[in-house]
Amino acid sequence: MSKIDSEISKIKFTCKDVRVAYSGKEALHGINMAIDDRGVTAFIGPSGCGKSSFLRVFNRMNDTIAGCTVTGEVYMDGQDIYAPSLDPVLLRARVGMVFQKPNPFPKSIYDNVAYGPRIHGLASNKAELDHIVEKSLQRAGLWEEVKDRLKDSGTGLSGGQQQRLVIARAIAVSPEVILMDEPASALDPIATARLEELIEELSQKYCIVIVTHSMAQAARISQRTAFFHMGDLVEYGLTTNIFTNPADPRTQDYITGRTG
Amino acid sequence: MLNSVFLLVLVLAALMAASFVFARRKAKATVVAAGEGAGLIFHSQPGYYGWLAGIVSGLAALMALVAGANLSLNPWMTLTLMMVVGLAGSYFAASRVSAEFRARTYVEFFIKTLLVTCSLIAVFTTVGIILSLVFESFRFFQEVSFLDFLTGLQWSPQTAMRSDQVGQSGAFGAIPVFTGTFLIMAIAIVVAAPIGLLIAIYLSEYAEKRTRKIVKPVIEILAGVPTVVYGFFALMTVGPAIRALAETMGFSVPTQSAITAGLVMGIMIIPFVSSLSDDVINAVPQSMRDGSYALGATKSETMTKVVFAGALPGIIGALLLAVSRAIGETMIVVLAAGRAANLTGNPFEAVTTVTVQIVALLTGDQEFDSAKTLAAFALGLMLFIITLVLNFIALIIVRRYRARYE
Repeated sequence: MSKIDSEISKIKFTCKDVRVAYSGKEALHGINMAIDDRGVTAFIGPSGCGKSSFLRVFNRMNDTIAGCTVTGEVYMDGQDIYAPSLDPVLLRARVGMVFQKPNPFPKSIYDNVAYGPRIHGLASNKAELDHIVEKSLQRAGLWEEVKDRLKDSGTGLSGGQQQRLVIARAIAVSPEVILMDEPASALDPIATARLEELIEELSQKYCIVIVTHSMAQAARISQRTAFFHMGDLVEYGLTTNIFTNPADPRTQDYITGRTG
Repeated sequence: MLNSVFLLVLVLAALMAASFVFARRKAKATVVAAGEGAGLIFHSQPGYYGWLAGIVSGLAALMALVAGANLSLNPWMTLTLMMVVGLAGSYFAASRVSAEFRARTYVEFFIKTLLVTCSLIAVFTTVGIILSLVFESFRFFQEVSFLDFLTGLQWSPQTAMRSDQVGQSGAFGAIPVFTGTFLIMAIAIVVAAPIGLLIAIYLSEYAEKRTRKIVKPVIEILAGVPTVVYGFFALMTVGPAIRALAETMGFSVPTQSAITAGLVMGIMIIPFVSSLSDDVINAVPQSMRDGSYALGATKSETMTKVVFAGALPGIIGALLLAVSRAIGETMIVVLAAGRAANLTGNPFEAVTTVTVQIVALLTGDQEFDSAKTLAAFALGLMLFIITLVLNFIALIIVRRYRARYE
């Protein structure tokens, strides 16, 4: 913890009055917050509180939803990611995302991981691509399990393996940030434990923002926690403080199980 | 005649309705008479006793009708017999009302039998058609050798009526006919596959909801146009247009040609391809697209590398179904392709197809025992086998594709 505290001055994202609306109906009412460059930031809160909508602000995935509008300012390393000059396609190469349900493409394991590097031209030859694929799978902790069957379909893996495969796929384009939207909600406890270990390892190198329904998971893996309620950011701080000494009664009610 | 049929149906319906009401009322009365809480002791609800009585009386009356017809009774006697037997059946069913009697089981059994019978009608019809095709073809192959039929390069089915006629030898080589069929099919698919696919991609990935709501039904209207309308469209508009175009470029094309028929047939199957492909593209889960966008892929990269790749087996299945549809199509080719059995791969010549030849062989006064008419059955059998195999392959591909996302 102390290591993270000392680096608190390093900020990855700064949000000013961010509002998200679906077909004119506001789901997030003006969020102001800063997200650390290293470590894991967890978003918690009851269903429909806007935490997933907020997560999708950081890689502009909300752009792909018809009728969704985002206002306010979001800076990544000081650069406005909603500026008209910024191309969301390039932003998404820097900000990777892992979804609730594992979504490997119906291609081979190799092609799944090679997808990003190929479209962004990250490898100039086959050997380089092989290297990227191997390195990404190793970093996602999947290499040992699949190295002999890279040609097999990615959809044939188990749920936990699939989720690590899509993490490898995201890592392969060397992002700076990895967003995770309830990545363990479709996994069994063993696969979840494996995934949490992986997240901890990755947090040494990447900025990780994770939405989770499991407060125990937030407590285990995150350094900072943000509690959302009905479209508002209620409380945000060090995870230890939020869980031991919440300032707001709504946070108190949620983490003790009285709401949500 | 019509009146008496109408009367019979009316009597039958009235009889069944009366039996239903009668037996149900009796069942209700029995339950009430058995005292408080007896409803649970009875095996079936009163309605089932009613249904059973209705079914029994109806079946009994139908049997009486058949018996009456076989014994050639006069209509009034038949009618009377029906009513007497029907009422007897109804009375019998109603007399069985008791707590132990399993009316519900019998009614369910009857319903199941009815459903099975309906499916069997379809199955037996198909089997019957296949058998008649096979047997008539067999008769044909007793007169013309199977090998000659499959490999012969000459098709002129006119046989000599009188011995002094010349040039009417009757050659049954099917290759020119099938070449024409496949040539037109190939042109049709070359037209329909890209256009249909691009329409499907536009509608499923790029079009706004409002546009889609208007465009999709309009395209599907194309599928509702009767094929004979396409046929005279080909003959009156497309054929002359192609001939005029060819003349300006200095060569001549007949009004009836493979290209005319193929083009129009291609237009006909566009909605087929686009609608089926649209379905398979939509079946690719949104999470695949999200995964691709989240990696920084553009819309077209996502479309070609993820969505299209995922939907490809389904699209191939859709194309095969469209092909088998094109092969069996008749009216367009009858009007626009011609009748001369030219063995050619040139789309700017008149060719003939299997379906056109079948029409030509069987129209007019014919006796169904000459090689000429029997040839139609052999052609029909070949066509049937081809489309059957195509449909079979298409279904396997489509099914395998569905399994990928489940």
